[in-house]
Amino acid sequence: MPQNLPESPRQTESIPPQAALSIRGLYKRFGEKNAVDDLSLDVPTGSFYGLVGPNGAGKTTTLSMATGLLRPDAGTITLHGVDVWRNLVEAKRLVGVLSDGVRLFDRLTGEQLVTYSGLLTGMDRPTVAERVDDLLRLLDLQGASGTLVVDYSAGMTKKIALACALVHAPRLLVLDEPFESVDPVSAANIRDILQGYVSSGGTVIVSSHAMDLVQRMCDHVAVISAGRVLAAGTVDEVRGGSTLEDRFVELVGGRHHAEGPEWLRIS
Amino acid sequence: MVANLLRLRLLVLKNSLLRSTWQLVAVIFGALYGIGILFGSTIGLVALSGVPVGIARTVVVLAGSALVLGWVLIPLLASGIDQTLEPARLVTFPIPLNTLLLGLALSGLVGVPGIVTLLASLATAGTWWQHPLIALVAGLCAAIAAATCIVGSRAVTTLSSTFTSGRRFREAAGFLAIIPLFLLGPIIVSLSSGIRTATDALPGLANALAWTPLGALWAVPSDLALGNPGEAALHFLIGVATLLLLLLLWRRSLALALITPAHTASRSRGSGKLGWLGRFPATPAGAVAARSLTYWIRDPRYARQLLVVPLIPALMFFYSRNGALDLLHSVGPIVALLLSLSIFSDLSYEGTAFATQISSGIRGRDDRLGRAAALGSFGLPIVIIFSIGSVWISGSWSVLPGLLGLSIGIFLSGLGVSSYSSARIVIPVPGPGDNPFKAAPGAGFTTALTTFATWGVLGVLVLPELVLAVVGAATGVDVLGWIGLVVGIALGSGLMVLGIRLGGAQLDRAAPELLEHLARQR
Repeated sequence: MPQNLPESPRQTESIPPQAALSIRGLYKRFGEKNAVDDLSLDVPTGSFYGLVGPNGAGKTTTLSMATGLLRPDAGTITLHGVDVWRNLVEAKRLVGVLSDGVRLFDRLTGEQLVTYSGLLTGMDRPTVAERVDDLLRLLDLQGASGTLVVDYSAGMTKKIALACALVHAPRLLVLDEPFESVDPVSAANIRDILQGYVSSGGTVIVSSHAMDLVQRMCDHVAVISAGRVLAAGTVDEVRGGSTLEDRFVELVGGRHHAEGPEWLRIS
Repeated sequence: MVANLLRLRLLVLKNSLLRSTWQLVAVIFGALYGIGILFGSTIGLVALSGVPVGIARTVVVLAGSALVLGWVLIPLLASGIDQTLEPARLVTFPIPLNTLLLGLALSGLVGVPGIVTLLASLATAGTWWQHPLIALVAGLCAAIAAATCIVGSRAVTTLSSTFTSGRRFREAAGFLAIIPLFLLGPIIVSLSSGIRTATDALPGLANALAWTPLGALWAVPSDLALGNPGEAALHFLIGVATLLLLLLLWRRSLALALITPAHTASRSRGSGKLGWLGRFPATPAGAVAARSLTYWIRDPRYARQLLVVPLIPALMFFYSRNGALDLLHSVGPIVALLLSLSIFSDLSYEGTAFATQISSGIRGRDDRLGRAAALGSFGLPIVIIFSIGSVWISGSWSVLPGLLGLSIGIFLSGLGVSSYSSARIVIPVPGPGDNPFKAAPGAGFTTALTTFATWGVLGVLVLPELVLAVVGAATGVDVLGWIGLVVGIALGSGLMVLGIRLGGAQLDRAAPELLEHLARQR
C-alpha cells in the first residue's frame, strides 16, 4: 500500500532516526503560486530514492531547499539529523548536489572544475588530485579533462557536474535530472557508480521523468504533484502491481485519450 | 509573414519591458534622447535652407556619411542591438529568403535608432523647401540612404556572424573593436585643433565623400541646386548601386548563415594542467582566488575591464602633452579606482554558477577574500608601478609618497567597498559567451546608479589620504606626503578587511536570496 503523507499531522510526527533526509511541512511560494505546498518526505539511509512528478510539480524547488540553495518559507529539513537551515555549513558537507539548469564555471577545464569543487570544501591537494583522477576515469572524461567545460556537449557537462557533486564523498547525493542527454553507455556507467555508492551505505535521491529508469534503478520512490507528495514508499509499494508509469499517470491525472486533432492525422 | 515578423519583434520588446521597470525607464530615456536628436537635427536641416548651398552641402554630406558609417560599424561593437530576430532563431521556420530579408530589414527600422534615422534623413528635404522639386529628390535619396543604413548594418551583422560563429573569434572580435572608441577622445582633440585651422578642407572632404558609397546619396540634392544634373545622376547611381550591392551581399550571407549553424572550435589544454589552481594555496579561499584569476584572463567580460588599464596612462599622457604634467599623476589613483571597483559585478557575471560555490558550504569570508586576492595579485603591482612611473616621467619625486598613499589607499578601500557591495547588489550584465559590450536593456541606468553610489562612498572613505596628498603636493611640505602614505596603507588595509568581513557575513546570511536574484536575471 502506498503510504500517503500529505494529510498526516507532521509537527508531532517524529523524525525516523535512520532517515538520510527528512522533510516536514515544507512550503515555498513564488508570487501567486505555491510551488511547494506542505510537503513531507522521509528518505531512508542507504536507499536509492526516485522523485517523480510532472513538469512544474516542485521537484527542483524541493531539492534546492533540501540542499541549502533556496530558503523555504516554512517547514524543517534535516539531513542525517542536521537541521539544514540552522546549520548550513555542516549540512552542505553531508550532501553532494547536481542541480538542473544551473550554470557551471564553464571557463575552467573539466579537471580544473572538479579540482575547484574539491578545494572549496577544504580538502588537501593530494586527496583532491587523487579523487579527480578517479572520477574522470570512472566517468570516461579523461580525454576531455583538458577541454574547457563551455566546449563540452550536454551529456559531458552533466557528467562533469556529477563529478563535482561526488568529489567530497558526501553521505547523500541529490541529483536533479542526472540522466538527461547522457548517452546510454555513460548512463549505464553512472548507474553502476551510483549502485556501488548505495551498496556501500550512501543515499541517492534522483529526480527524473524517465519512469522505466526509476522503476529499474530505484528502490524507493515518491510521486510529487502540485507541490505535494501523492504517494511515497518502496517502488513495489507505490506501483502496486502495475507499472510505475501507469500508476504515475493514474495518480497525477491529466492523460488525454484523444487521437489528436483532425488536421494532425496525416494519412 | 513580414507583418508577423514585425509583430514578433514588437511583442518581444513589449514583454521584456513588462518584465522589468528599469528596462522600461531606460527605453523611455532612450526614446526621449532620440526625439531630442530628431528635433535638433530637423531644425538644423531646415535652417540650412538659409545658408549658401556649398555650406549646406558640406554639412549634409559629412553628417550623412557619418550616419551610414555608424550604422555599418556599430553592429560590430554591439552584437546585442537586436537579437530577437536573429536568423539563427528563425532557421527552423519555412520562411522564403526574400520575405525574411524584408522582415528583418523592417524590424531593424522599428526601434528608436531606426525611426530616428529614417525621420532625420527625410528631414534633409526640409533644407530645400524653397525648391519643391529638389526637396522631392532629397526625400527620395534620404529614404534610399536610410535603407542603406539598415541593410548595411544587417549585412555586416550577418556576414560577421557567418565568419565568427566560433566562440573564441566572436569574443575576441568584439573586444578589439572597442579600442578605437577609447582613443576617440585624443583623436577628436587633435582633429578639432586641426580643423580650426583647416576649415577650408571640409568642403573638399565632403566633395570626396560624395563620390563614395557613404556620401553619394546625400550629395544629390545639392548637385541639382548647384546646377550639375550630370553629377547628381552619377551620385544617385552610386547610392542605388551601393544599396543593391549590400542587399545582394546580405542575401547571400543570410542564405549561408541559415545553413551554417553556430559551431565551436574547442581547444584542449592537456590533462594535469591545473593552471592557477595548482599555484594558489590549497584552501577554499585559495581556490576561489585561483578560479577568479583564471576568469580574469579567460572570460572576455572580465578582461574588458582590464582594457582601460593601458589606455588610461595613454590618455593622460596625451592630455598632459601641453605641459600639464600634474594630470599625469592622476593615472595611479584613477587606475586604482577603476580596478578595485571592477569586482563589483563579479557575482553578476557568474550568475547561477555561484550555486557551485554555495553548495560547497564555503564561508562567505573565504569567498570575499579569494576574489579580493585574485584582483590584488595583479592590481596592486599595476597601481604601484603606474604611480611610480608617472612621477618618473614628471620628475617631481617629492609628491611620490603622498601619491602612493592615495593610490594604494584607493585600491585597498575600493576592494573593501566592492567586496561588501557585490555581496548585496546584483546588476544586469551580459551573459557568458555574449558580446562583452552588449548591454542588457536597462543595464546602463541601474549600473550607473549603483556605480555612482559606490564611487561616492569610496570618495568619502579615502578622504584622509586624498587631503594629505593634495595639501602635501600643493604646499610642498613633504612630511604630509609621508603621513599620507602611512594613512593610505593603514586605513586602506583596515577598510579592506572590514569590507571582506562584512561582505562575508552578508553572504553567509543571504546567499540563497542572492542566488535567487542571479537566477531571475537570465
